Amino acid sequence: MSQAAVIPQTTTPTWELPSRGVVGMACLIIAESAIFTIFVVAYIYYLGKDRTGPTPRQILDLPIFTTVCLLSSSLTVHLAVSALDHARRGLCSLWLAATVLLGGIFLGGTAHEWYKLIYRDGLTLQTNLFGTTFYSLVGLHATHVLVGLVMLSLALIFSLNGSMTAKHTGRLEVLSLYWHFVDAVWVVVFTVVYVLGR
Amino acid sequence: MLARNARTFLSSDFSQGSTSIFAPAGTPAHSIFSLSMLVLGITFAIFLIVAGLLLYAIVRYRHRASDADASQEPPQIYGSNQIELSWTVIPILIVVLLFLATTRIILSTQNAPKPAAALDVTVVGHQFWWEFSYPKLGIVTANELHIPVSDPKHPTPTYLTMTSADTDHSFWVPRLAGKMDLIPNQINTMWLDPQAAGLYLGQCAQYCGVEHAKMLIRVYADSPADFAAWVARQQKPAVNSDDPTAAGRAIFQHSVCISCHTVAGTVATGRFGPDLTHLASRDTIASGSVPNTPANLRAFVDNPAHFKPGALMPAMHLNQHDLDAVTAYLATLK
Amino acid sequence: MATQTPAPADTNQISGLVTYSAPRRLVLDVLHDWVTTVDHKKIGLMYIGYALVFLVIGGFEALLMRIQLAIPNNHFVSPQTFNSLFTMHGTTMVFFVGMPILFGFGNYLVPLMIGARDMAFPRLNAFSFWISAFGGFLLYFSYFGASGLYGAGGAPDVGWFAYAPLTARVFSPGHSTDYWTLAILLSGIGSIGTAINIVATTLCMRCPGMKLSRMPLLVWLYLVTSSLVFVAVSPLTAAQIMLMLDRYAGSHFFDTQAGGSAVLWMHFFWIFGHPEVYILVLPAFAFANEIIPVFSRKAIFGYPAMVAASVGIGFISLSVWAHHMFTVGLGPGANTFFTLATMVISVPTGIKLFNWLATLWGGKIHFTASMMFAIGFLFQFLIAGLTGIMLSVAPFDWQLGNSYFVVAHFHYVLVGAILFMIFSAFYYWYPKMTGRMLSERLGKWHFWIFLIGFHLTFDFMHVPGLLGMPRRIYTYEADRGWMIWNLIVSSGAVFQAAGALLFVYNLVWSYFKGPIAGPDPWDAWTLEWSTPSPPPAYNFAVIPTVESRRPLWDLKHPDDPDSNYE
Repeated sequence: MSQAAVIPQTTTPTWELPSRGVVGMACLIIAESAIFTIFVVAYIYYLGKDRTGPTPRQILDLPIFTTVCLLSSSLTVHLAVSALDHARRGLCSLWLAATVLLGGIFLGGTAHEWYKLIYRDGLTLQTNLFGTTFYSLVGLHATHVLVGLVMLSLALIFSLNGSMTAKHTGRLEVLSLYWHFVDAVWVVVFTVVYVLGR
Repeated sequence: MLARNARTFLSSDFSQGSTSIFAPAGTPAHSIFSLSMLVLGITFAIFLIVAGLLLYAIVRYRHRASDADASQEPPQIYGSNQIELSWTVIPILIVVLLFLATTRIILSTQNAPKPAAALDVTVVGHQFWWEFSYPKLGIVTANELHIPVSDPKHPTPTYLTMTSADTDHSFWVPRLAGKMDLIPNQINTMWLDPQAAGLYLGQCAQYCGVEHAKMLIRVYADSPADFAAWVARQQKPAVNSDDPTAAGRAIFQHSVCISCHTVAGTVATGRFGPDLTHLASRDTIASGSVPNTPANLRAFVDNPAHFKPGALMPAMHLNQHDLDAVTAYLATLK
Repeated sequence: MATQTPAPADTNQISGLVTYSAPRRLVLDVLHDWVTTVDHKKIGLMYIGYALVFLVIGGFEALLMRIQLAIPNNHFVSPQTFNSLFTMHGTTMVFFVGMPILFGFGNYLVPLMIGARDMAFPRLNAFSFWISAFGGFLLYFSYFGASGLYGAGGAPDVGWFAYAPLTARVFSPGHSTDYWTLAILLSGIGSIGTAINIVATTLCMRCPGMKLSRMPLLVWLYLVTSSLVFVAVSPLTAAQIMLMLDRYAGSHFFDTQAGGSAVLWMHFFWIFGHPEVYILVLPAFAFANEIIPVFSRKAIFGYPAMVAASVGIGFISLSVWAHHMFTVGLGPGANTFFTLATMVISVPTGIKLFNWLATLWGGKIHFTASMMFAIGFLFQFLIAGLTGIMLSVAPFDWQLGNSYFVVAHFHYVLVGAILFMIFSAFYYWYPKMTGRMLSERLGKWHFWIFLIGFHLTFDFMHVPGLLGMPRRIYTYEADRGWMIWNLIVSSGAVFQAAGALLFVYNLVWSYFKGPIAGPDPWDAWTLEWSTPSPPPAYNFAVIPTVESRRPLWDLKHPDDPDSNYE
């Protein structure tokens, strides 16, 4: 039919679009939020419906210390991004290390709590509906924390050996978004499991 | 077979064999039928109008090379707010109308008050048969549901309380009512009130495993006299006749049959399979899919998979003599 | 493919470049190229090719079922085989035909239509394809996993929706259910990956001047579809993780003996399942939005209304899921709510249909094979929507739910609307993808044969439903009066098979012998038609700048450009 068309190349004023990394991570966060929502719905749906076994009120203690550590790590990772943006690599490494440490304390605390629940209180995934929904929800979150810690550790290594510089700030910011998401999920899980559910 | 099926459909005889939703015989089915006429009317009207316009458009506005302006592009129309508004508002009005009509039927069916004269039946779905029990009458039976005809002036509906012992099932007898699922660990309720005596057919309508297709339902709407007589017969304990079926009874009671089946008043108290106390009073076996004749009964006991591969009753591997004896015994359980 | 087809010497005049014929390459090189590619066009073609293979397999499964159901008490296949057939047919068609083919077209077209060189995350794109592809192989490996190698289980037979507790270990021993779960989990990861890519590409890589309000409607619809994928596929992923925990870790999510709920699985599945069917149909709308205007020679009527309707459909589709559960005993309140929500979604859907009608109105309609399929789509989607409204009336659904009326309704949407639009899209974009036109003559034969088969099967399939025939039964009683209808339904399958085979033949024949297409065979208006056919790896030598919704219309009609009417 018609000839191949030639598109004109007019100059336009600044054409700015959002960053791919941020949009991509935002989409991933939405998808992951949907997965967590389903596990939270299952948890709430089955509250009080156990036929046997220990109930939340009987055996759950508020994990205040580990929560404070995890939520503080959001602050430290933000400071790490800010430091990198100002090309202060050493400071960035410091804040990243603090983030990894705080996240590690959270995971350690979770492991300690589970040890107690399993061996002292006799609660496993198979015990009753509470066991099923508790371990799956908290476990799913802990898995996400672990993945985040691995990525943050990699970032720390790259920061220490000089591979990561100020021009990679955008990427570190995208990773920090993931970490903020993990913390936000913990706020929800904490509220549902340890506050409302007991 | 082709001609017979065509005749059955085309004839207006909708008694035996029909499961058409357009032949309602009870109040729930009637109210759904009336609502469906309204819905079909509205959708058909919409179809005629829109399809008519589409047809007109593709005929009237087709490109004809012979036209004077064939090589020019037609006027480009980008939109019109008034037109958009009109074909938003009119559908909304149709939706409101349909919704109100529908809500009325939902509420009238699901919130219907229960009259004092209602009969209670408990339905438990199993893979792949129906357990029906009448708690206030002390009757337990399987697959063939006898209920009284309900006179609209003095209604005697039957209220079904339903659950499942294993997977999901669904109770569907189209001429009497819409379907309701049987879900384990959950109680669902529905009611039936057949207004003419007769046999109403249905089957399981929620995929439940291998033999879902053969989990049939037979609802016998009996006149008050017939129903009373049926109840009286069912309330009797199992027939305990003398020889020649004593041998069969002995074999039955000494084999694993009793771990799955119940025959009231005997050692057989198994709950996993259908209650056999009045087996011989039923028209069918294998959950409605096989006529209840001595030959079929014998073949079923010998190897249920012959009729229903995947049925949970194992082949009993009785020798020929024992098989004959047990069959003769079962045939006496009227 | 760009490297194998000798490009005609002079039809490519973008910025004065001329493409030379490439020397023939070793098969192994070509294979390596395709396996390691991150080019959105090649990945798109792989998705489409993969889906076509599974379309034939899924169609074959349907043919076997229709032979079994043609007469009552048939013994063509065993009950176990039949139950596996309908499970595999449904799972295959939704996850390994529908999703890949629609993502394939999206992958191919979205960057081209927004003036970009590739997707936002090319390696994620490749990963998503390969993990989805592996899912399909895993599902079909279940046939071999049966008595073949390890006797581990056989093809899944729990239905494509796998209701609990039928899927519990006690009712579904062996591994057949696990093949279902894992295959779809993998495919779900691939879908989410592609959806992330489409959203990031659309929001972050449009060429200068292409504001959101100037994007082709196809791109808008893929944006909405991809957003739906995030919030819809994830619940299924979560539910399947729960199912695996139940089956292997002893948890009790759906274990009714321990107080678990069968209905909870239904909620989770249908929160995925209903938006899923919109994920499948919105791309069909996307194709219609591009094809119908071009062959009517008119701009789409009501672009802003179309955008609003599409976004509205996306949102409302998240609120209607329990219309699949009207018979489960949710109570009159829930039944009423979901009836209303489902009826409400018909309003934006109707708006789209009316806007297509208005696009045709006053146009100059060219009945190419592509347009014929699009017109079939319009009539058939109207009918499918109307039977959907019937089913939204909860009491009516109490009779017709889980019957062949529902099967007829959703096949009307999946085949009559979606598959017809996919055929239309093939005839329209095949020239762009391969440089050659599909045979119009064969296309018209394909259309008429397939149309006859479609209507024979799916028009008459409504009747057994009205006569009380439930779904998922491997046979039926002779005295129900269903036989004549089942026989007619089964006969239509033969025509559809013939039409589909003709189509495959056309695809292959035209690749070698079809007329050369050139860059713009249809005199169309969006950016993909400004590239050579097929486009070079980099798509555009220079990234274009656009000033309206139809940049090529502006070029061809400098006296009356669209930019005057924005």
